[in-house]
Amino acid sequence: MRLRYLAKIGGMSLLLALLMSLFAVDLPGLDASSVAFAEEAPAAPEAAAAAGETGAEGEEAAGPAPIVAPKLTAEDYPTIPGFNGRVVVWMVAQLHLWFAAFVLAVPIFVFIIEAIGMKTRDKRYDDMAYEFIKVSITAFSLTAILGGLLFFSLMIFYPHLMGYLIKIFDDSMLYYALLFFAESAFLYLYYYGWHWLQGGFKKWVHLTLGLLLNAAGSTLMLLANSWTTFMMSPSGMDASGAFVGDITTAMGNFLWNPINIHRIVANVAFGGGVVGAYAAFKFLSAKTRELRAHYDWMGYTANIIAISALLPLPFAGYYLTAEIYMYSQQMGITLMGGIFAWLFIIQAVLIGALFLSANYYLWCGMGRSDGAGRYTKYIKYIAIVIVAAFLVWFTPHTLILTNAEQKALGGQYHPYLGALGIMPAKNTAVNLMINCTLLSFILFRRANRVPTVSWAKAGNAIMIGMFAAGAVNILFLGIYHGYFTNTVYKVAASIPQVLTTFVLIVMSLIIDSRMYKGAKEVGPMHWGRIPNRAQYALFILAVSFTWLMGLMGYIRSGIRQHWHVKDIFRDASPDAFTPTLGFAADVVSIATLIFMAMVIFVFWLSQVSATKTAATGYWKEG
Amino acid sequence: MKNFLQVIVFSVILIGGFWGFSNFMIPKIEPAAPPTEAKVDLGSMTMDKFIALGEQVFNGKGTCTLCHNSLGRAPMLDQLVAHTPDRLKDPKYKGEATDLESYIHESLVKPSAFVVAGFGKAGTNDTESPMPDVTGGSIGLNDIEVKAVTAYLQDLGGAEVTVEIPTGAPPPEEKSAAAAGGGPRPPYKDAQEIIAKLACGACHKFAGVGGELGPDLSTIGGSKDKDYLRRAIVDPAADMAEGYPPIMPPDFGVKLYASELEMLVDYLSGLK
Repeated sequence: MRLRYLAKIGGMSLLLALLMSLFAVDLPGLDASSVAFAEEAPAAPEAAAAAGETGAEGEEAAGPAPIVAPKLTAEDYPTIPGFNGRVVVWMVAQLHLWFAAFVLAVPIFVFIIEAIGMKTRDKRYDDMAYEFIKVSITAFSLTAILGGLLFFSLMIFYPHLMGYLIKIFDDSMLYYALLFFAESAFLYLYYYGWHWLQGGFKKWVHLTLGLLLNAAGSTLMLLANSWTTFMMSPSGMDASGAFVGDITTAMGNFLWNPINIHRIVANVAFGGGVVGAYAAFKFLSAKTRELRAHYDWMGYTANIIAISALLPLPFAGYYLTAEIYMYSQQMGITLMGGIFAWLFIIQAVLIGALFLSANYYLWCGMGRSDGAGRYTKYIKYIAIVIVAAFLVWFTPHTLILTNAEQKALGGQYHPYLGALGIMPAKNTAVNLMINCTLLSFILFRRANRVPTVSWAKAGNAIMIGMFAAGAVNILFLGIYHGYFTNTVYKVAASIPQVLTTFVLIVMSLIIDSRMYKGAKEVGPMHWGRIPNRAQYALFILAVSFTWLMGLMGYIRSGIRQHWHVKDIFRDASPDAFTPTLGFAADVVSIATLIFMAMVIFVFWLSQVSATKTAATGYWKEG
Repeated sequence: MKNFLQVIVFSVILIGGFWGFSNFMIPKIEPAAPPTEAKVDLGSMTMDKFIALGEQVFNGKGTCTLCHNSLGRAPMLDQLVAHTPDRLKDPKYKGEATDLESYIHESLVKPSAFVVAGFGKAGTNDTESPMPDVTGGSIGLNDIEVKAVTAYLQDLGGAEVTVEIPTGAPPPEEKSAAAAGGGPRPPYKDAQEIIAKLACGACHKFAGVGGELGPDLSTIGGSKDKDYLRRAIVDPAADMAEGYPPIMPPDFGVKLYASELEMLVDYLSGLK
């Protein structure tokens, strides 16, 4: 009897593991939606014949049987009255991905903060790291719940696609399930063992648990990314489009690593943004000076984390886009030159909001230091450049005009502003924006310190020279190659621009950190001495990040157009068309509202968990 | 509680701002519908119709103009005929073609057989073409369509068209681009479909997106009336826009049903 009970539990656990293994599957319905299990679908005669032949050869060679993508019709897609399958999957997938990004990112910087605490022996770091991970615990449960919902949605609305992907990725999905359990175990040990594993060797054990937690979480993400990118750039296909590779072939598809890099960096920026919003919320609610100081410091740290990831994020995005072009010029042109071209104007608004709010928070934060007055006079110039760069990025190529306006203007292109609509102008703008943010960050770091090294003046001169030379180089590349050469150089010039910015970031941070090693402090930092309005900059950061992630998820999935698996597995559902930008904005906005509501619920829970009520007279005395 | 509500309201306003910008400040563009299946009737096919089919595939389903346009992404093909003899003798040529027809066909299905200098994939020293095999993947032209494009490109370069018009029907599961082979086709549903099918976007911009060989039509309704627009479609030579080459096909008046022409004119006049 007991054995049977154990067997039942074991069976249920295995089933659950399999369900969990499918948490992070991509949203297939976005661009099209229909697929069928290869064995179920009425494949076309030629394809079936080809598959049969290849299959026979494969068996003779003792290799796996080829997996043929089925050819479906609209009738192969289950429907539920009152529900649009694509929107349901889209919405749930997006919510799941937001939470997944958050719970993957938080342990990364919690691990780093804990290590800093161990190195500096400053317990404030340890306490803050614990508070960060506490917030992510509830979010972890929500991630799992949403993952389950996503799995059910996919199985209900896209059973054939799921069947196809499971056949290709079967082993990796099992590993995913096992890793999910491992991650849960490490997370719970890491969180609940925080106060137990303190001091000496125990602390090292705790830090190791954090490392293992991150290793499990990151591997999970890499596995899930491979499913997503396989749908964009399938690999291991023969000439007929049948999959003849193995799991490593499928995982190692062309866009896997570019997406991995982009997602890791973006997740950290997003996680920093959300935790920053948490700190801002707690700061605004704080009743005592001590609490305000604590949450101000927490918000500052979260903002630094977000900015640190925000600065390299455009590079990761650029690399991803270049790789998409490299994989398929058609896909690249669809991405940048078709319907999605206007999406990048929306993206410009969002990234402009991100940069402006991050900078604004840094500038407000300088008020904590008595030595900031030395630098505040420069802020207005930085602000002017950032706003100007934002406006350039925001300028569309063609203008929407009334007849009278068009006549007055002489065409759709503004005689002066029209030149700002092309990519070289926008590349120049974004590079200047990044460098200005870097400058804000450096001034912020210096606000409360005075360097003591003998070469401080020379170091300053070098840094000023570097920034000036960098700005000139970026402007020259953008203007000369953008307007006085042909298309090939227009695009190619962006690479040295990006490299200039990259070199500036690395070199200036190296010089600055060397120069301010052992620097004198002007006075104590007045944590908590920051206006409330600065906290709203942190909310802008979190909300903009969330909305932007949703929007970019739409384009990443949308560039597959009417394919579940690009060029291999056709979407034959009634929703196989690319939704408009306006519709995507509707879905992303509603999903963001739901996400923010859930995040506020998580914040509230973490607050409630620390609240104790003295129930006087309720319990028996003595 | 006050802070809580303030944060909620602030976040909702912010999200509303992003939503409003995307919905009201960005042109509303309806993406083209996924390609649908149609049948080619070869029964009454003439060479002129076959070349016209090739042109339609070239500008539409073949997506050739995505890259073979004035933006310099790929070589322009109007000089293809003139360059072919030199290419076949070029030491870099890796194919098996012996004449113009087989060279064009080979370029469509094995684009890396010869890569024009400067147009190869980055890092391959012009040994590998970024162009896909047009019979595979998302383009998926069938044999009839490949031959039609070959005929069109021969004709475009002023060469004698040597392609033989196929007599058999394409495989049943393959998609064919058009019903240009004769017989009434079903009418187009709306102006968007007409624009997609006639590949107007290859030369004209709509909502800021498209080619630059013809005038930008994004707000054409604001400056031109319906009579002008109708005349410009059925007889493009009547009012040539200044500064643009005279390449607008003159046969749209024949290709479109009367109701479709009016639908298109109405649509264009509404672009303000």
